[in-house]
Amino acid sequence: MINLLINDKKVTVEEGTTVLAAAKTLNINIPTLCNHDDLCVAGNCRVCVVEQTGARTLIASCATPAAEGMDIHTNTLKVRNARKHIVELLLSEHRSDCTKCYKNQNCELQSLANEFAFGDHIFLSLIEDHAINIDRSSPSFSKDDSKCIRCQRCVRTCSELQQVSAISVANKGAHQKISSFHDRPMSHVVCTNCGQCVNRCPTGALVEKTYIDQVWDAIYDPDKHVVVQTAPAVRVALGEDLGYDPGERVTGKMVTALKQLGFNSVLDTDFSADLTIMEEGTELLTRLKKALVDGDTKVSLPMFTSCSPGWIKFIEHKFPEFLPNLSTCKSPQQMFGALAKTYYAKKRNIDPSKIVSVSIMPCTAKKFEADRPEMRSSGYKDVDYVLTTRELAVMIKQAGLDFKNLEESNYDSIMGESTGAAVIFGATGGVMEAALRTAYEIVTGREVPFGNLNIIPVRGMEGVKEATIKIEGCVEAWKFLEGAELKVAIAHGLVNANKIMKMTREGRAPYHFVEIMACPGGCIGGGGQPIPTNVEIRKNRMKAIYSEDAHMVLRKSHDNPEVKAIYEEFLESPNSHKSHELLHTHYVERDDY
Amino acid sequence: MENKELTKVDLIFEKIDNTEVLKKAFNMTQAGIIQDMLDSGLKGRGGAGFPTGLKWKYTAAENSPDKYVVCNADEGEPGTFKDREILDRVSNKVHGGMVIAGKAIGAKKGIVYLRGEYRYLLPKLMPELEAFHKLIKEIGFDFEIEYKMGSGAYICGEESALFESIEGRRGEPRNKPPYPTVSGVYGKPTSINNVETLVTAMMIINHGPQKFISYGTKDSRGSKVFSVSGDTPTPGIFELELGMTVLQFVDEFGDGDTKAVQVGGASGFCVPRKKFAETIIGFEGVPTGGSMKLFNSSRSMYNVLHNYLDFFAEESCGQCTPCRVGCQQLLKGVEKVKKGEAKSTYLNELTKLADTMKIAAKCGLGQSVGNAFKSIVGNFREEIIY
Amino acid sequence: MYQVGNLVRELSDKHGRVRESLMPILQGIVQKHNYLTDEAMVEVARELDISAAEVYGTASFYTFLETNVKGKYVIRVCKTITCSMKGKSDIIQTLEDILKIRVGETTTDRQFSLVETNCIGWCHKAPAILINEMPYTELTPEKVSAIIKDYMQK
Repeated sequence: MINLLINDKKVTVEEGTTVLAAAKTLNINIPTLCNHDDLCVAGNCRVCVVEQTGARTLIASCATPAAEGMDIHTNTLKVRNARKHIVELLLSEHRSDCTKCYKNQNCELQSLANEFAFGDHIFLSLIEDHAINIDRSSPSFSKDDSKCIRCQRCVRTCSELQQVSAISVANKGAHQKISSFHDRPMSHVVCTNCGQCVNRCPTGALVEKTYIDQVWDAIYDPDKHVVVQTAPAVRVALGEDLGYDPGERVTGKMVTALKQLGFNSVLDTDFSADLTIMEEGTELLTRLKKALVDGDTKVSLPMFTSCSPGWIKFIEHKFPEFLPNLSTCKSPQQMFGALAKTYYAKKRNIDPSKIVSVSIMPCTAKKFEADRPEMRSSGYKDVDYVLTTRELAVMIKQAGLDFKNLEESNYDSIMGESTGAAVIFGATGGVMEAALRTAYEIVTGREVPFGNLNIIPVRGMEGVKEATIKIEGCVEAWKFLEGAELKVAIAHGLVNANKIMKMTREGRAPYHFVEIMACPGGCIGGGGQPIPTNVEIRKNRMKAIYSEDAHMVLRKSHDNPEVKAIYEEFLESPNSHKSHELLHTHYVERDDY
Repeated sequence: MENKELTKVDLIFEKIDNTEVLKKAFNMTQAGIIQDMLDSGLKGRGGAGFPTGLKWKYTAAENSPDKYVVCNADEGEPGTFKDREILDRVSNKVHGGMVIAGKAIGAKKGIVYLRGEYRYLLPKLMPELEAFHKLIKEIGFDFEIEYKMGSGAYICGEESALFESIEGRRGEPRNKPPYPTVSGVYGKPTSINNVETLVTAMMIINHGPQKFISYGTKDSRGSKVFSVSGDTPTPGIFELELGMTVLQFVDEFGDGDTKAVQVGGASGFCVPRKKFAETIIGFEGVPTGGSMKLFNSSRSMYNVLHNYLDFFAEESCGQCTPCRVGCQQLLKGVEKVKKGEAKSTYLNELTKLADTMKIAAKCGLGQSVGNAFKSIVGNFREEIIY
Repeated sequence: MYQVGNLVRELSDKHGRVRESLMPILQGIVQKHNYLTDEAMVEVARELDISAAEVYGTASFYTFLETNVKGKYVIRVCKTITCSMKGKSDIIQTLEDILKIRVGETTTDRQFSLVETNCIGWCHKAPAILINEMPYTELTPEKVSAIIKDYMQK
C-alpha cells in the first residue's frame, strides 16, 4: 500500500493507483479531458496537472502513479493558472460556435471553459489558420477538425475497443490532426460507423448525422403516415438524457412520448427481433442439417449473427472470406422496414409510398445500414430515417414534453408485440439466448434446461463467452441432432470480434453459432446511446434489459402472437421464398484500408 | 563562482588504442566501471546533464535478462553538429562506449538511433561496425550493436520518443515514470546515452576518473565538444574545458561585434552582451549540449526568435496541449506584436504562457521552449516590438 | 503497384513482420521510390497486420517519409537560423530559377522536388542542403547551380 498526502489529507491506496484516482477516494475532484474510463491513459491534454511538492514541474495526475510520501496539492495558484492557460489554449484551436453546436451543454470542453476560461480570452484564435473542413461523407456521423482538441480519445477508442484504427493521429506539431488513411473521406475507409468515437468525443468534433428535422417534416406532412420502431436497448438508456439514472426502464413513457410527438403508429423493433429468431434459428438448424445429415461440405459454419451493422461492415472489410458464414437474415431494423411498407401497409390499407418509416436506434451504424442499396426490398427505401437514442431525447425536449410525468402506454399494433427474448437483443449474449430458447424447443419440444429460461453462461461483460448445450430427447424431425453438443460463442466489441475471426481463420474456432455485436456490452453500449458511457453505466443498462425480460409474460420468440400471425397470413414459414425476398440479404466485400 | 580559463582539450578525438581500453574494461567489474563513472562526475553530454554513473547504476540494479544500451545519435538541436563529427571521425569510440555501458549495466544489445539527416554516414559506419564486432568478440565481449535510422523528427532526440520511434511508432514522448532505466526500449531497462557521453565514458576508462576531474568545475566536470557557428570567423568543432565564461568564449570565437550568444540551441538560453562576463558555460550557469551560436549587431533578434518558434511549432510532436498550441501561440503572438496588431504588453501574457509551458508540458521539448523565448524577449524586448 | 508489392514483401522478409520494422520498411520504400504511395502504405499495413491509417499516421510524423509525390531527387534546404543568416534565401531563389518550381513543388518530369527542412547539422558550413541523403555545404548560388546541373546530367 502507498501512503501519500493530497491537499494535506492522508490517503492510502494500492500500488499502481494514479494520483487522480487517489484524489477521487478523498472526493477531491480534479478536472480531466483526455482521460476516459474505457481507455488507456494518454496524459496529453494536461488539464489534470497538480503540484507535487519538490517536483520541478507540475505532474499529470491521470498519468502519474501515487508514490510513497508524495505531497500533492490540487488547487494552488500555480495549478489554477496553468489550467486556465491550458483550457484557453484548447479553446484557441477549437471553433467555439457553441450556440449552433449539436453538443451545446453536453460538451466537456464547454464545461471546463465555464470553470476556467470565462471572460475575455488571452490567446489568438488559430482556427483561421486551419481551413475548416467538415467530413460529412458518412451517413452516420460527421467529423469536424475545427472542433477537435486532439485528446485522441477517438483514436484510442478505434484502436483499443474496436481494433479497427480507421483513424489515427497524423502529422506533427501545428499540423497534427486526427486523420483517416491519407485523409480519405470517412465513407471510403474501414470505418464501421459504430460511433464509439462519437460516444467518447468530448466536443462536437465527432457527432452523429442528425435527421431530426426530416422526421419533424414527415410528421407534419398530412400526406404521410409515419411509423416508428424502437430498438430494445433504447428503452433502458433514453432516461439518462431526460433526467433519470442509468438503468431506469422508461418503455411506457417513451411510447407515450412518441405518440405525443405525432408519430402515426408507435411500433416495436422487438417484433422483428422475434421474427429474426425464427428466421435465423431456422437458418442455423438448416445449416446444421445440411452439414450433419446431407454431408454437404460446403456449408459455412460457424454461422455468425447479422444484427449488428457495425459488425457487418467490419467483416466485409476485414474478413470477407467469411461472408458466407454470416446469417443472411437482415437485422431486426431492416426486417421491420421491409414489412412496414408491405405487410403493414397491406393490413392497414395504406399506400406504401405514403409511409415514412423511422427507427429509433442505440446505434449510428444503423443510419448506414438503412442507406445500403440492398435495403429496398419493399420497393422503397425500407427505413427512411434512423434516429439515435440521443436524437429522440432532443425531439422530446423540443416538443416540451414533461417526460417524467408522462403516463405509460403500450405499443400500437400491428408489429408492436414483443417477447422477453426480443428485449434481450439489446445486451451482448441476448440474441444467442433468444435463439437458444427457441431452437432448443423446436428441436426437443421442451424448454431450454435453464432455470426461468435464464441462460446465464451467455450473459455478462466478458469479452468472449463460450457455452456448450447438449441436445437430448429430440423430436422426430431433428433426431439427427440427438446427443449433439451445440457449441456457441459470443463476442462484443470489435476487438473481441477480431479474436474470434482470427481463431476462425486459423481453424481454431470449434463453434456452430457465434453472436457478435460491434459495441462494448452490445447495443446497450451502442454509438447512439446517451453520453457519457463507461462500464458501470453499461452494466446498469444491461441489468435493466434483463429485468425487462423477466417482467414480460412472453419470453420466447416463437410465442409472439403477431409473429405467429405474420407467418400464417403473409410469410408462410421461416425461410420461405417470401421471407427470403423480404427478410434476407447479401453482403459485399470491401477494401481493407 | 569557480571559473576556468578557456582551454582547448584533446580527449574526444585523441588517438588511442581502442583494443587496449576495451581489454581494460573487459577485466573490470560491473561495479568498478560504474564507480569510475560516479567518481568522474560525468554528466550526460546531450544537454539534459543527468549523471551517467547514476543512470548506469539504476539500470544495472534492474533485474531483467534483456537490457539495452541505446546511443542517442538523433542530434537535432539547431546549432549542434558535434555528434556527426564524432561518429564520422571516431565511431569506434562510440561503439566502445556502448560496449562498456553494456558491461556496466548487464546488457548484450546496443542500438544506435541515428538521425535520418546523417544517413550518408552509413556506408562508412557499417564496415567500421563490422570490424568492431570482430574485435570485441576476440576480446570476449558478448555484445551486439545495430543501427536504427530516424526520418526527420527533432522530438525523437527525447529519450522516450526515440524508443517509440525504434518500436515503429510516432515519436511521441511517453509519460514518466516509468523512466528508461526501468522501462525503456521494448519496455526493457535501458541506458540511453548521447554519442559524446559514450566516448567520454571510454576516455574515463582509459585515463581513469582523476584526469577527467582535473578538467572543469565542481558542477561541470571535464571537457566537452562545442559546436560553434553563427557570426564567427572560426566556425566548427572545439573541445573545451568546462567552466569558462561566455565572455572568454566570445573573446576566442567572436567577430568583435558579438551582441548575443545562444547557448544550447533553440531550447537553450540567449545570453546578451551585458551578461557575458557573469555567465558561466556549464551546469552552474547556462547548460549546453554543445550548441554555441553567435550573433553580431547586424542581426535582428526578432528574426532569431521567430526562426526558433517556427522550428518548435513544426517540431513539437503535437500530443500535449501546452506544447502543440503554446508554440503556435508564441509564434503568432510575437508576429502580431511586431506588426503592431497587438500591444507590446501582450509579450507579458506570452511570457506567462512560456512559464506555463515550462511546468505543464509533457516532455523536455515543451518545457524548454520558454528558455529561448524568455531570454530573448527578456533581453531584447525592443527588438521584438519595434 | 505490382512492383511496390514485391518491394514491400522483400523488405518485410528482410526486417520481419513486426511493428518495429515499420520504420525501416518505410525508409526502404522511400529510398527506392522517393515517396510513399497509398498503394505502398496499404501493402505495408497488410504485411504488418496493422491499419493503413496507422501506417499513414506514423509516416506523416516523419519529415523524410513523404506521403505525397516527390521527384527522384529531393532537395532539402535547411531553413534553421544559421543557414537563414548565411544566405539560405539566395540558395532557394537560385534553385527555384533553375528548376522552375517553387518550394514545396516537384518538377513536371518528376526529377526534382524542392522543400525546406529544419536543422540538418551543418551550421558551421552554412548554408547547407541535402539532396536525398547527400549533404552539400558552404553553398553559394554558383556552387548550387553547378551541383544541380550535375544532377541534371545524371
